[in-house]
Amino acid sequence: MPDVQALVNEFVNLLKKRKIEGSQATAKQTAELLRSVISHQRVSHTNQATSLINAIRTVGEKIIDANPIELSVGNIVRRVLHIIREEDLSLVTDALAGFGSDDEDDVERDDHPALSAAAVAAAARSTLRPPSLQTLLEDVTDSAAVPATPSSTGDSDGKSRSVEKGTRGRKLKHDVIEAVNELIQDITSCHEQIAEQAVEHIHQNEVILTLGSSKTVFEFLCAAKEKKRSFKVFVAEGAPRYRGHLLAKELAARGLQTTVIADSASFAMISRVNMVIVGAHAVMANGGVIAPIGLHMVALAARRHAVPFVVLAGSHKLCPLYPHNPHVLLNELRSPSELVDFGEFSDLMDSATGVGSLHVVNPAFDYVPPDLVSLFITGTGGHNPSYMYRLIADYYSAADLVVKQRPTTGN
Amino acid sequence: MDSTRVSHSLGDPKIRQVGFFVPESSTTDSHKILSPSHLSVPEMQNSSVHGQVTSRSYDYSENRNLETDIEKKGEEEKEAIKSRSKPLKEKTTKAERRALQEAQRAAKAEGSKAVAGTGRAAMGKSTKQSSQKKTGPSSPVAADKNPGDRPLDKDRKKDAPHPRKQVDDETRMEKARRRAVGNPTESRTRVELFQHLPQYEHRTKLSNLESKFFHLGLVHPSVFEAGLRYSTGEISGGNARCIAMLRALQDAIRDYCTDHEKALVRDLTAKINSYVSFFAECRPLSMSMGNAIRFVKSRIVKLSLNYSEFEAKTTLCSDIDRFINEKIILADKVIVRHAFTKIKDGDVLLTYGLSCVVEMILLYAHELGKKFRVVVVDSQPRLEGQALLRRLVAKGLRCTYTHINAVSYIMHEVTRVLLGASAVLSNGTVYSRVGTSCVAMVAHELRVPVLICCEAYKFHERVLLDSICSNELGDPDAIARVPGRMDVNYLDNWASEDNLRLLNLMYDATPSDYVSVIVTDYGMLPPTSVPVIVREYREHLLM
Repeated sequence: MPDVQALVNEFVNLLKKRKIEGSQATAKQTAELLRSVISHQRVSHTNQATSLINAIRTVGEKIIDANPIELSVGNIVRRVLHIIREEDLSLVTDALAGFGSDDEDDVERDDHPALSAAAVAAAARSTLRPPSLQTLLEDVTDSAAVPATPSSTGDSDGKSRSVEKGTRGRKLKHDVIEAVNELIQDITSCHEQIAEQAVEHIHQNEVILTLGSSKTVFEFLCAAKEKKRSFKVFVAEGAPRYRGHLLAKELAARGLQTTVIADSASFAMISRVNMVIVGAHAVMANGGVIAPIGLHMVALAARRHAVPFVVLAGSHKLCPLYPHNPHVLLNELRSPSELVDFGEFSDLMDSATGVGSLHVVNPAFDYVPPDLVSLFITGTGGHNPSYMYRLIADYYSAADLVVKQRPTTGN
Repeated sequence: MDSTRVSHSLGDPKIRQVGFFVPESSTTDSHKILSPSHLSVPEMQNSSVHGQVTSRSYDYSENRNLETDIEKKGEEEKEAIKSRSKPLKEKTTKAERRALQEAQRAAKAEGSKAVAGTGRAAMGKSTKQSSQKKTGPSSPVAADKNPGDRPLDKDRKKDAPHPRKQVDDETRMEKARRRAVGNPTESRTRVELFQHLPQYEHRTKLSNLESKFFHLGLVHPSVFEAGLRYSTGEISGGNARCIAMLRALQDAIRDYCTDHEKALVRDLTAKINSYVSFFAECRPLSMSMGNAIRFVKSRIVKLSLNYSEFEAKTTLCSDIDRFINEKIILADKVIVRHAFTKIKDGDVLLTYGLSCVVEMILLYAHELGKKFRVVVVDSQPRLEGQALLRRLVAKGLRCTYTHINAVSYIMHEVTRVLLGASAVLSNGTVYSRVGTSCVAMVAHELRVPVLICCEAYKFHERVLLDSICSNELGDPDAIARVPGRMDVNYLDNWASEDNLRLLNLMYDATPSDYVSVIVTDYGMLPPTSVPVIVREYREHLLM
């Protein structure tokens, strides 16, 4: 356990110092950290699921607090919790199904048929199955069943206590680790899954505008290029980090016709653009996007000219929370030194000198409301902003929306 | 004033004056604004230049330059004649006639462009042209121009006043290609969408200009100085550029003396035209400069014939003084007074980039004790806002500085947006520093009123729908470098990348629906009233 603690502390430090860049890297590292937490967690015989959930929650709370703006941390914590719940549920169902035939009158519980049906369905569902009407129906029972699981498992444990307890404990942990591995795999391969769909969206001679730099966008455009589509890309430089320069250079190296423009020219250029394709920092449950700074402006310009505004987002960026005042609450102010020379303006920054005061604002993120987004492309396909809440519900349990422990125990 | 206007409208009732037109001037006159040495270069000047050139034939490079020019010219002429003569033989249909006119126009434009492009050095060869002009009415050119005179005129009217040269005509492209042989990097770095605009060429241009100055002293020193300062970017901003130009022209007029057999009006107009084209070569003219030039020319044309040369010159100089005072300096003061009424205590005023009128408004309001805060929004690559910021803070204003990407973040706390403009066009479009439209759009979205502060002399009859058709290209290298940020060096050798282009637009067009009010010296107007001002106050504007 102490080594896990050390790992957690190290990760928290990195997050606090903002040393981990990009939501993909963060998500991956979070998942890896949680995997080691799970594997080091000593499972008690009675209530492994609950103890695992509690362990993850304690760690999760810490790392979410370390950088509340990096929503992918919270997303991964919630997904791991969801995985534990689902695996546990599927084990319970297996167990019930195993001796259900002979013990049916023994275990006289009204909710058994419903519970097992839901559990079987949940187990059958892979995390990344394309959404269908069936999943929609399933999930109604699922979300109803899930909050009840900890107590119900306890109940059934109590009733059929002699059966295969030891094997179940080890099996749960093993299954969960397996599933978390799958999750990590998923995070690493999210670019490819999204890029696969590039051909469906980019046609010949298209003109595409993007802002700043996003690995997903890069892969997406390259995938279309590899499929022999020829198109032009305008890259807005994405001040104050100017990652657009980097993206432009990489795209040009791949043989794409790339033009770098200043961010201020985005409105001027958008009238000749066929599609805006951008990456996101996080996608909220209402379909709003927390995006690199400047995208709200681009999205407004795109709407003005009826240009589709397409957001690429891996599944780890889907956040089950609804934003409230995201401009302020889900934002971060970076160093003024990115905007002004320290030497030139530092004397003015101090209001004590008597002359006017200077205040430099350098926010990191922009919030793009759902009505400005035309399409989300995730690993599972394209979705409307209004559908995001549904997609998100597939990945998370309602009980985990609030990771902090106090409120949920009362639930 | 009135009489000339009437006469003009009598002669050509359907056509409204657009752009740089001298009201009384014929169509050819209008053309020479962009291409001063074409058709209108007076013989005296020509012959003198010619003589100069021949006497300098030892100057090898220049001479060669001239020769190629003349050759080029000859080819064009031949082509043009060919295309002219063919339809003459057959009975021409309307379409054919139309095509013919196009060809002629293109050829002419080409010729004039070649002159303008290669600048003063090429002036010597235009004796031929001017002779053509002299024989104009009787020559076949004029003869077969007659049947379709009206549409031709119209077209001319449309494209001549463009302050930005459009270079996408086939012949012009041809010329551009020829020029590109001279500096091959240019074609590689141009953005396809903007090939119709004159490309930015800094280093080559400077050396060209300098050599021109020393070889042929045709450009007045003050004009030359102002031109160089334009091209280095030392003078920027609509008003500053306009004033600098007018002052330079004033100097030139003062030092001007008419040749014996020349009429002052014609000769001076030609001179001014050549200066203007020199300015345009240094940096494309702004629309406000176009208006100012139009003013100067109209004053020259209206000079009384009884005036002696000295009287004429003093009148002109005082007219220019009056223009600067009334149309720019006083107008700014009036605008400041108007805009001041819109500033309340507790306001948060946002401004973008650097506009001298907005700066005056802010300082004035601060001096009068209004309590407000200023948000200065800035953008790469010009970072003009920092200069404004420094001055405002020094005067004791409370300022917030941010970059344009963060404008939707900061807009939540803003109560008014004050923006400057380079020109206001008659469809209400505001033509201004690139980024202005973004700021106005975000303000509009968040229901913040947008006040455009602009002197009425910057109003222009043109219309624009987007920022692509007419714009100015800046130095693409400026995009690659970020001052003070050593870590941003990804594009250091961008020119070597085949597929990479850098685009540095200078202006953009803000649609009129983003603009709440335009503050001018005539009062505060909605953008829909711009054409009214342009129409009603035209005489007043050019007085």
